[in-house]
Amino acid sequence: MSKEVEETSREIHSFKTKIGDWVIVFVCVIIALICLLPMINLLARSLSGTDYLVKHEVYLWPKGLNFDAYTTVLKDAKYIKAFGWTALLTLICTLLSLAMSTLCAFPLIFSQLKGRKLINVFITVTMFFNAGTIPNYLLMQRLHLLDNPLVLIIPGCLSVYNMIILRSFFYGVPESLRESAEMDGASYFTILLKIYIPLSKPVLATLALFYAVGRWNGYSDALMYMKNKDFYPLQLLLYNILNNINQVEVATQEGFSQPGLQESLKAAIVMFSTIPILCIYPGLQKYFIQGVTLGAVKE
Amino acid sequence: MIKVNRTETLETRKKGPTRDIGLYLRKYWQLYLLLLLPLIYLAVFKYSPMYYVLIAFKKYSIVQSVAEMPWAKNYGFEHFIKAFRNKDFIYALRNTITLNLLDIIIGFPVPIIFALLLNELRFKFFKKSVQTIAYMPHFLSWVIIYGLALQLFTPSSGLVNMFIQKLGLPAVHFLDDGNNWVKTYIGLGVWQSFGWNSIIYLAAISGISPELYEAASVDGANRWQKMWHITLPGIRPTIIVLLILALGNILGSNFDRPFALQNNLVLQNAEVISTFVYKNGIKGLQFSLTTAVGLFQSIVNVIFLVLANWFSRKMGERGIM
Repeated sequence: MSKEVEETSREIHSFKTKIGDWVIVFVCVIIALICLLPMINLLARSLSGTDYLVKHEVYLWPKGLNFDAYTTVLKDAKYIKAFGWTALLTLICTLLSLAMSTLCAFPLIFSQLKGRKLINVFITVTMFFNAGTIPNYLLMQRLHLLDNPLVLIIPGCLSVYNMIILRSFFYGVPESLRESAEMDGASYFTILLKIYIPLSKPVLATLALFYAVGRWNGYSDALMYMKNKDFYPLQLLLYNILNNINQVEVATQEGFSQPGLQESLKAAIVMFSTIPILCIYPGLQKYFIQGVTLGAVKE
Repeated sequence: MIKVNRTETLETRKKGPTRDIGLYLRKYWQLYLLLLLPLIYLAVFKYSPMYYVLIAFKKYSIVQSVAEMPWAKNYGFEHFIKAFRNKDFIYALRNTITLNLLDIIIGFPVPIIFALLLNELRFKFFKKSVQTIAYMPHFLSWVIIYGLALQLFTPSSGLVNMFIQKLGLPAVHFLDDGNNWVKTYIGLGVWQSFGWNSIIYLAAISGISPELYEAASVDGANRWQKMWHITLPGIRPTIIVLLILALGNILGSNFDRPFALQNNLVLQNAEVISTFVYKNGIKGLQFSLTTAVGLFQSIVNVIFLVLANWFSRKMGERGIM
């Protein structure tokens, strides 16, 4: 091959790669837009004037910009209460679940622990076999947890899947660390508190995110076990609003009598209950990727 | 000498265990103490409800304890027979399988393709931004996604329908026509999960040795050839394990997604086992029937998982259990 031909072929090659690169960038931009557009549309609607909404003129940019929908939401004690209650619930559940996961994962990494195999089987079985909705319901009834706010906290306080992620991470901590601590006469409590917990902060952050998102987004437990509206988490309240359940109650409130404002209100409420998560997750991206990867490691 | 030694060890063995256990516990009691709470939790909230599964074989009565309830007819299988004669349950069973299969056929390849695409992106910052955006839908609850879907798909006032009508076409009933609902359900599922599910493939890709790519470049392989001959084989084990998990879960039904998205107009296509159990059991108080349905589902699920696992081992891939 002469030098010239080689040169042109290389040029064509790199030209092709460049085109390929831009095609890929283009496709990725489209994908990102598909992910974002529904949120942008929602935001635009929540900020738009009633007249424009009724005339179906709002696409991706607010028309007749105003914050009425948000002020209505913020003035309504019902939403603020549900928001506060869900935030409190999320905080309690996350802390409790983190503690439970740590308590469960830590002892299981010791090969000296007698009956470890049996305990592992005991734990794993619960991942594959579930008694079912009705038996769970009857248990809650039996434990007097129906209509009790504790039902939103206790039954979900340990996710075996998340515990396994943590256990995988604990396995990765060099054994020599704990062995030397054991030699120095440290108790297992001390080893857990002074060595393992400080080392696993990133994983604990990931689990905290998983648990918090699970609680913040969950509504089925409240739907099944909770009749008392005072303890409805935000998502269940939102579900009822979107489906116009309790129309009478809602219609009497300010705003819901006008169809346009009702639409922007719904958009504002959806936005309102999404924002906390949207603010938190990007900062934890590095960690949750590690968490997902750890979860995929067998044993 | 040897004989004496042997008797000695026998004697110590006789005395041994109790003293050993005492010593062992004195050293390791803390570990068991730590495990106590989680194990009690699992026993109470995961194992003890299994006792109530008996209701599936009994005539339920609110005033009697489970043990006191009389057995159901047909050797206790009355409720299972009833379930399979119940048209609504048959619909729910059919829909569960259909929706899960469609989820696999359409939803399974998307994160793989997305991961391959991301892997080809050269601009680091751009790549990270796309990833962050693609993970976002995973963090939204199904109620919120339903809210978004309403804003997008409502005939006349939804964004997509406004656009369709502007083009002069008739509005599409995405959410209240059975067939369209299935498409919307699958589409929203893909939208919600593809980014998140790509994480695991990206991790697998990053585990592939860069030397392989370098060697391929030296041999003059282009982008497609590298993707086809290095990246895809490299993530094959991950793909297979996840596919098995998905297939093993073919009768599984999550509650949040179908319940949030369904409405009365599309129930014939949208009712799945979990929502059937909720409506007929907790709302309709047919406890025995719905417990039987739930038990059927759990058992079939376990069988499928074990089969899928066995099959994967047979194929020479690592299992999941």
